[in-house]
Amino acid sequence: MTPPRTLLDKIWDAHEVTAKPEHPSVIYIDLHLIHEVTSPQAFTGLQQRSLCVRRPDRCLATMDHSTPTFGQQATSHAITDAAAKTQLARLTENCHRHGITLYPHGSAENGIVHVIGPERGRTLPGMTIVCGDSHTSTHGAFGALAFGIGTTEVEHVLATQCLLQHKPAAYEVVFENSLPPGVSAKDMALALIAKIGADGGTGHAFEFRGQAVEELDMEGRMTLCNMSIEAGARAGMVAPDAKTFAYLAGRPEAPKGVPASWWRLNSDPDATFARSVTIDASTLRPMVTFGTSPEMGIPVDEEIPTAKGDAATRGKLERALEYMGLQSRQPMVGIAIDVVFIGSCTNGRLGDLRQAASVLRGQKIAPKVRLLVVPGSMEVKRLAEAEGLDEVFIEAGGEWRTPGCSMCIAMNGDQLEPGQRAVSTSNRNFEGRQGPGSRTLLASPLTAAAAALHGAVADPRPLLMSVGASQGAEQVHGQQGGGA
Amino acid sequence: MKEPEKSFVRLRSMVVPLLRDNVDTDQIIPARFLKVTHRSSLGPAAFADWRRDPAFVLEQERYDGAQILLTGENFGCGSSREHAAWALRGAGFRAVIATSFGDIFRQNALKNALLPVELTPSQHEELLAEAVGQDGVVDVERPASGTPLVEIDLERLVVTMPSGRDLPFDVDPFSRYCLLGGVDQLDYLLSFSKEIANYEVDHG
Ligand code: SF4
Repeated sequence: MTPPRTLLDKIWDAHEVTAKPEHPSVIYIDLHLIHEVTSPQAFTGLQQRSLCVRRPDRCLATMDHSTPTFGQQATSHAITDAAAKTQLARLTENCHRHGITLYPHGSAENGIVHVIGPERGRTLPGMTIVCGDSHTSTHGAFGALAFGIGTTEVEHVLATQCLLQHKPAAYEVVFENSLPPGVSAKDMALALIAKIGADGGTGHAFEFRGQAVEELDMEGRMTLCNMSIEAGARAGMVAPDAKTFAYLAGRPEAPKGVPASWWRLNSDPDATFARSVTIDASTLRPMVTFGTSPEMGIPVDEEIPTAKGDAATRGKLERALEYMGLQSRQPMVGIAIDVVFIGSCTNGRLGDLRQAASVLRGQKIAPKVRLLVVPGSMEVKRLAEAEGLDEVFIEAGGEWRTPGCSMCIAMNGDQLEPGQRAVSTSNRNFEGRQGPGSRTLLASPLTAAAAALHGAVADPRPLLMSVGASQGAEQVHGQQGGGA
Repeated sequence: MKEPEKSFVRLRSMVVPLLRDNVDTDQIIPARFLKVTHRSSLGPAAFADWRRDPAFVLEQERYDGAQILLTGENFGCGSSREHAAWALRGAGFRAVIATSFGDIFRQNALKNALLPVELTPSQHEELLAEAVGQDGVVDVERPASGTPLVEIDLERLVVTMPSGRDLPFDVDPFSRYCLLGGVDQLDYLLSFSKEIANYEVDHG
């Protein structure tokens, strides 16, 4: 009898090409996602060795990090940044030369790499998926082992379709019970990171389980898995279920039907995990960060903590607060903000935009606040526009942009001025992440939208009660909107 | 442009104390420097935003030529950008000593012959006291008395402190073997071409 295995074990075992003691395993990679920023040096390396891409059919490339998001008819002609232009030209050249499918800027399939993989039906249960991007963990929502790699490893995968890897340890993250209204997957992620720390998952792959995880739709599960890396785990995963298969049904590149093997992609009942943590989802509140690490997050209705512990711990908090221009004991609610950014591979999907729109519908954002709404892909943009969400944002006083990473990483000109504070649905609040001197407060789409209305950090829950009364609570419940 | 050294055996240098936790790859190299299509010449971009402060430790002349960065926990967390390892190499570093590292950064560093040395918190404290200040106080402002040199030996897996005392550390055996011999990991991976082809036949 085989010993009980975790979901991670099952995927790992099925992809191990060789295993030698004292050596990393050779792991086969089913899908390699590529974007402009982390790939050029890998293609150059390939060329220097006169190697070709082993399996171009297992690669998919997009342009997202440095592409502009203004103008409804974005084309590469709109790109004025010379360096970005060169990088994009190199990607086009490399994909063309090696026969890799590329969804270029402006094309109907273009979008952020972690949004289009699932949307196109390329991300499938049981796969190993890599990308030169740390938020590759997103794809784990489908029961895949998906993780970010560096450029040298990108070159390895291009050349061999394999990677040298040590197996991570399995870490069970259980969210018991159901989420309260107004609390979403982003809040679950920020609560987990606050609890276990930005390095709590180092060396591990999370498996998210429990009632609140099962109740999340696929978009919510992607948000949760996306943030795994912010807790130090390279991967996060959710066992696939009927919701997963329903999401994939009819996607352009997904197979027809549900292979029997997909139903077996779950941890055996008595499988053991190296570590485990349990969080009662029913106690969660909307979360917001106050510092410069995603672990510095608290419920929105609380005060910024005071420094405790040893000198190093105190120094870390003091330094972060000084950078953010905030103080201990200051209530989060009411902290003035300049910009609200709704988008990114964390919260730039249709359900996220629906949630934000549910708060903003028929309202005006605070004067002097800049609201930037950037759909995660052209498909998200089309679907959102078909529902009139674009009009909701524009009428509220926001900007409706074309897809890209935008202000999540500030490589494309969308950025904060030094010292400006933003509530952002992205995933990192590091110093300067949204431009030199930028100050980022991470939150869910509902909390971000509430902040846009108030011009300050705000608790979205009171707003939802009034919206809920007129629209029916469904749209604004913690489970993110239905998805495409 | 000279090819950077691909192996690592031992190194003797003073250390630069960057005593912060969670130093993320956005600090090591801000995103605006990622629009390059090459690996070289990223050195000047290392810690570009922090370097605008003249008091920042890397802006201090007395650390010129140091090849070891001594930092806190979870160094290199965040983005997978290998540019972080390239920038540190470009800035002259050959090793980073910390109490823990972000997983992807550690891999990227090892592949660029930038040695990530993980010490326990108590070893870290000892090293700090000897290499930075006698009392181990976290004080980056105070001039280091003289230039205490630290040696990192990958063959013996020890950090030798200025006093001559050894602090043992660990590196995974395969990465150590590659670094000591300058073995290219892609060459090693390519040696499995037959096994990979067989896997593809079996798995469609
Ligand atoms: S949206 Fe942000 S986190 Fe996601 S891939 Fe783009 S830059 Fe990375």
